[in-house]
Amino acid sequence: MKQEFTVTVYTENQIGLLNRIAIMFSRRKINIESLNTSPSEIEGIHRFTIVINELEEVVKKLARQIEKQVEVLKAYYNTNDEIVWQELALYKVPTDEIAEKVKVERLLREYGARAVVIRKDYTVFETTGQREEINKLIAVLEPYGLIEFVRSARVAIIKASSGFHNKLKEFEKREPSEEVIENEYLGKGDEVFTM
Amino acid sequence: MSHTTAIKSKSVDEKTISNTTSPTGGGQQGARGRGEAISGSVAVLEAFLAEGVSTIFGYPGGAIMPIYDALYDYQEKLRHILVRHEQGGIHAAQGYARTSGDVGVVFATSGPGATNLVTGLADAMIDSTPLVCVTGQVFAHLLGTDAFQETDVINITTPVTKWNYQVTDATEIPAVMAKAFYIARSGRPGPVLIDITKNAQLQKFDYEGYTKCDHVRSYRPAPIVRKEYIAEAARLINEAEKPFVIFGQGVILGKAEKEFKNFIEKAGIPAAWTIMGLSALPSDHPLNVGMLGMHGNYGPNVLTNECDVLIAVGMRFDDRVTGRLDKYAKQAKVIHLDIDPAEVDKNVKTTVPVWGDCKETLPLLTALVEQKVYPSWLQKFKDMMKQEEDACITPELNPTTEQMTMGEVIKVLNELTGGDAVIVTDVGQHQMVACRYAKFTQSKSNVTSGGLGTMGFALPAAIGAKVGAPNRPVVAIIGDGGFQMTIQELGTIMQSEIDVKILILNNQFLGMVRQWQQLFHDKRYSFVDIASPDFVQVAKGYNIPGNSISKREELKKALTEMLNAKGAYLLEVMVGKENNVFPMVPQGCSVAEIRLK
Repeated sequence: MKQEFTVTVYTENQIGLLNRIAIMFSRRKINIESLNTSPSEIEGIHRFTIVINELEEVVKKLARQIEKQVEVLKAYYNTNDEIVWQELALYKVPTDEIAEKVKVERLLREYGARAVVIRKDYTVFETTGQREEINKLIAVLEPYGLIEFVRSARVAIIKASSGFHNKLKEFEKREPSEEVIENEYLGKGDEVFTM
Repeated sequence: MSHTTAIKSKSVDEKTISNTTSPTGGGQQGARGRGEAISGSVAVLEAFLAEGVSTIFGYPGGAIMPIYDALYDYQEKLRHILVRHEQGGIHAAQGYARTSGDVGVVFATSGPGATNLVTGLADAMIDSTPLVCVTGQVFAHLLGTDAFQETDVINITTPVTKWNYQVTDATEIPAVMAKAFYIARSGRPGPVLIDITKNAQLQKFDYEGYTKCDHVRSYRPAPIVRKEYIAEAARLINEAEKPFVIFGQGVILGKAEKEFKNFIEKAGIPAAWTIMGLSALPSDHPLNVGMLGMHGNYGPNVLTNECDVLIAVGMRFDDRVTGRLDKYAKQAKVIHLDIDPAEVDKNVKTTVPVWGDCKETLPLLTALVEQKVYPSWLQKFKDMMKQEEDACITPELNPTTEQMTMGEVIKVLNELTGGDAVIVTDVGQHQMVACRYAKFTQSKSNVTSGGLGTMGFALPAAIGAKVGAPNRPVVAIIGDGGFQMTIQELGTIMQSEIDVKILILNNQFLGMVRQWQQLFHDKRYSFVDIASPDFVQVAKGYNIPGNSISKREELKKALTEMLNAKGAYLLEVMVGKENNVFPMVPQGCSVAEIRLK
């Protein structure tokens, strides 16, 4: 049976790696439900958090194929039971509407939301939680003229990850990562010889 | 993601980019010293020399001109073979890698030059062939501007390369090239592509010498060998009554032919090969029971579903080998030796995985297995071979038909070469027949496109195969369809005087597709009737002598003439139009359901 899996991938910080990881999924026609990629706590090592719906058998093989990529350090896959995860969401609503019709205080308390910006014309609320909780607040705010909504990708902590941080630190200490060399010539065409 | 990292703080002005007619500068070749200012182009060639490269297969063009300019001064040390199409270049490099056991090297320009490499990259990727391809790229400041002959080659080739990298700064070149060669040849080998922008090829920098790479921190070429699994595997083998070894190219890539032979000889286990493993074990070895897969031998296929322990060495259970997976070796305990952990359990569930380089794991396993023989088990293979001989092999090798068969051509070729030739095949019926019947006495002698099934592979691959094995006869066996896909490489053979014997088995059809149409599509021959030019005349135009025969009486003489010819030679043999390759495991059937007719 297909179920939600969170694939966690530690990689080098190199240009093109996002594509190399992404095509592992698209090649098999697996839809990526959510993708977060950002530096890990160790400089030079990136962490991908990818959510997909698949059979465990498929995910297991996929994780091995991902780990085989030269610049991938490690790939894990976990069911929802094995992780603690959150998404962050921002809701933009008209201030007058919300101030008049909603008991904002109750709203904030019930959904654990926080007002990030309050302007005359609009207010931005923020909440973190799991998919369903975030969706609930959308439903609540919808009638009051929700202007814009955005949610982040899932970030997840693996429950059985004792020693991860130290291993990463040790790894980076033993062999520092190579620096990323970006194209420093973009926009500087005039200065470069061409033919 | 890279926006999070500090940009290397260097301005364009620091770079010495000269605008002269010979931007890389002429002068001496070879062994550049430390502290010398050299161009990125020269650094590429210095890397080649340091890595032991002797031959480059390539085709010049605008974006790779600085490298070609530098190559002008390295002609004494680096042989460049000018191909007629980049696909020919990369297939030639594959052929070279396969017979030499070393990395094949390719040059191509940006845009169409680079995209023409894609088929060869995919072929090398699936057949684990070590390659380093260097492509030129437009100036770094033009990237993303749809510049002339710009294409996003890194992203196009990502799924078909083991690793690829774009260089925009010449100072990176020595380290990147070292990494490229290391990644291409280590672990499970594969193709690497390095895309170098023109400014980086031109840019001069202070050369600090070349250091070979032996380690990349995020990359583990071979998994750690687990002794407990080897012990467990040995226990299963020692308890087995009907053990069966199946092996693939891993034996050849691991240079473990001797270790493999020692293993099966001590354990006394019959062994069958995938077409990529062909020639790793001499054809006449008493434990060599033949070929696996769709057109493999009868015994090895049927008995896969009868053995009690199946020992897979350096092979990946391709669908053409396994047939229907849910009916594949279900009765057997499976031991899988592979260097690539992702292969274990990928297609066939393994009882005991033996991770590691088989050069290392096979001797460990050999030490633990008992010296044994399985006469009655081996006899089963022999009995089934007899059945196959009566039904398929004899009619193919000693036909009574008026028209010649492909098999009898291979049989006579075997007699004349004694199995010492390198056989390069294309894709289709002739490939299956050649793999089934060609005899081999030494490893790295069978060059074919196994995984990707690339028609047009053989002619260019034969060029590289000859360069990689200059002292051995190289025979390219090609169908009339595949030959026309890369026929332009006759020009390369002519110009570079490559001594390859081209044996066209012409059945005037795209034979394998026709066979399927006959068997599975009610003989609806949809676009398989292919016309051919006069191949002998075409060859003649390239100054390559040739002959075409259609009579059995002429066969031996014509093949002898071909083999004895000085230099390249083309022989076309007209064979039966509607002959089929049997046995055959029809698609979707179990290996035990192999058909003899």
